[in-house]
Amino acid sequence: MTTKDREKYPVHVGGTEPFDLESGRYMKVWQGPQHPGITGNMSLELITSGDEVVDLKTHVGYLHRGFEKLMERRKWIQNFPLVCRICVPEPDFNEYLYAAAVEELSGLTVPERANWLRAMNLEMARLTSYLMWLGGQAGAFGMGTIGQWTVTMRDFMLDLFEELSGGRIYHMYIVPGGVRGDVPQGWFDRVWSTLTTVESVLDDVELVLFNNAVFKKRAGGLGVIDPDMVDRFGITGPNARAAGVRRDLRIDRPYLVYDELDFSIVTGDGLGVESDAYGRTKCRVAEMRQSIDLIRQMMDRMPEGPVHEAPPNVLHWKIPPGETYLSAECTRGEYGYYVVSDGSDKPRRIYVRGPSYTHAVALLEHMGPGTNIADTAGLMVSLHTYPPEIER
Amino acid sequence: MHDIRDLEKELKRRYGADGIQSNRDDLAFTAVKPHAVGDALAYLRDHWRYVHLDFITCVDLIEEGRLELVYMLRNHDAKHDLGVKTRIDRNRPVMESLHGHWAAVATYQRELREMFGIDFPGCPRVDEDFALEGWDEMPPMRRDFDTRAYSERTYFPRPGRTTSDPAEHMRTKQYPGRADL
Repeated sequence: MTTKDREKYPVHVGGTEPFDLESGRYMKVWQGPQHPGITGNMSLELITSGDEVVDLKTHVGYLHRGFEKLMERRKWIQNFPLVCRICVPEPDFNEYLYAAAVEELSGLTVPERANWLRAMNLEMARLTSYLMWLGGQAGAFGMGTIGQWTVTMRDFMLDLFEELSGGRIYHMYIVPGGVRGDVPQGWFDRVWSTLTTVESVLDDVELVLFNNAVFKKRAGGLGVIDPDMVDRFGITGPNARAAGVRRDLRIDRPYLVYDELDFSIVTGDGLGVESDAYGRTKCRVAEMRQSIDLIRQMMDRMPEGPVHEAPPNVLHWKIPPGETYLSAECTRGEYGYYVVSDGSDKPRRIYVRGPSYTHAVALLEHMGPGTNIADTAGLMVSLHTYPPEIER
Repeated sequence: MHDIRDLEKELKRRYGADGIQSNRDDLAFTAVKPHAVGDALAYLRDHWRYVHLDFITCVDLIEEGRLELVYMLRNHDAKHDLGVKTRIDRNRPVMESLHGHWAAVATYQRELREMFGIDFPGCPRVDEDFALEGWDEMPPMRRDFDTRAYSERTYFPRPGRTTSDPAEHMRTKQYPGRADL
């Protein structure tokens, strides 16, 4: 929609309701919290004129579990089973960032092999999360079959996590001082074989998704992000990279073993796509293939050695006073942990920074007007929003 | 060229900052008075390329009667994070709204209003519920909010599960009359 078109609607000022719903020109539509087009528990309050969205407000609060508050009342080690539960599709980033923050504040070191296993774990989590997202993105445009394929592949990945950690969804594998245990015998072979299967399904997905006339028509031009919006809205991850902004924390500020791996930043202009829902899908699928490559590189070059450095007695573990902020590149963008210790056996404050906080509220509210009702779900999924990051 | 000592000098001169404390090569913190935060952040954004706002959060310093706001900024070129901190009165928590600086600031301020009770006059939708619809208790992220008392007051008491000692269960129910158990 052009700026001129937008002028026919009232200006939205200071949160007051400018749309006269009694006039019959506008209608309020609630999309969510229970809606197949909504990822997680969130709702969108749409004001529509015909089928065109003229105003969008994001509502959260359906999933507030008070993680940050809970963490202040538990010992450092007791928070480990808690942090992974902040994010269902990709819990491992929470485990890693919390563990890394605790290690930095306490001075605990991590064996080299554990760092490789952590990075491999994070890349497997990235691939698993993207598989779930890809099904959602295709499903938002009516292609449910792709979702069935990718969710099956995700299940195969979860089998690997289960064998490694005992848990399918919440792994609690990354712990202070390293990882909980070494890999089972023959596990690398099974990872390799599963990645080959995932790759072949990705070939099929690319064939049916990117050549589908409906997907090309509806996702093309939907939710365009200009590069100058990136800093203004705090956009990170594939949403920024599809707009041509070359930022990836794995390369810009390498953590774990990423500086030893061979890969480059996937960007929209590098792939020759626009910064719309279609282009973002292309970028994410390219990043899935990149993750598969990274996992293989790590399996090839994984050093031998111990995987865990024992911390002091964790039930009486006091962390020296201090504060730190650590961030990592997750599938949706920058994930971060701001941790403050007052020297006691419990954290003083933990703030969890999830990329959806900006993508699903300020950015989505900005991009919503101008789309139509049917494309709202596709737009939201193309930003890869995840509500529990907003209400920790 | 990003020189942290030059930046420190400028922040001291212009905004009376306390100095810069580096935690790592890529992470540092500074503190300014509340009235200088808006200008300092705009200066850092426009002159020092701290263009990305990572987050805004708050730490409740209940012992000092203060709330400490933390604005975390990132300079992508220099690969450096800078946390700008300021302390406000815990009993009269009012802070300048910076919703014009970055688009996402209004969301952070709405959350801080709800969770810590900090007012940001002029911030769009700051009085609307964010995550806690219909909340009428004290701001829950404050240190003196008693979660257990709230839970006992709000939710009806349930009897919970009854538990029994496994050895006793085996003796009395599972294998009654067995003398060797």
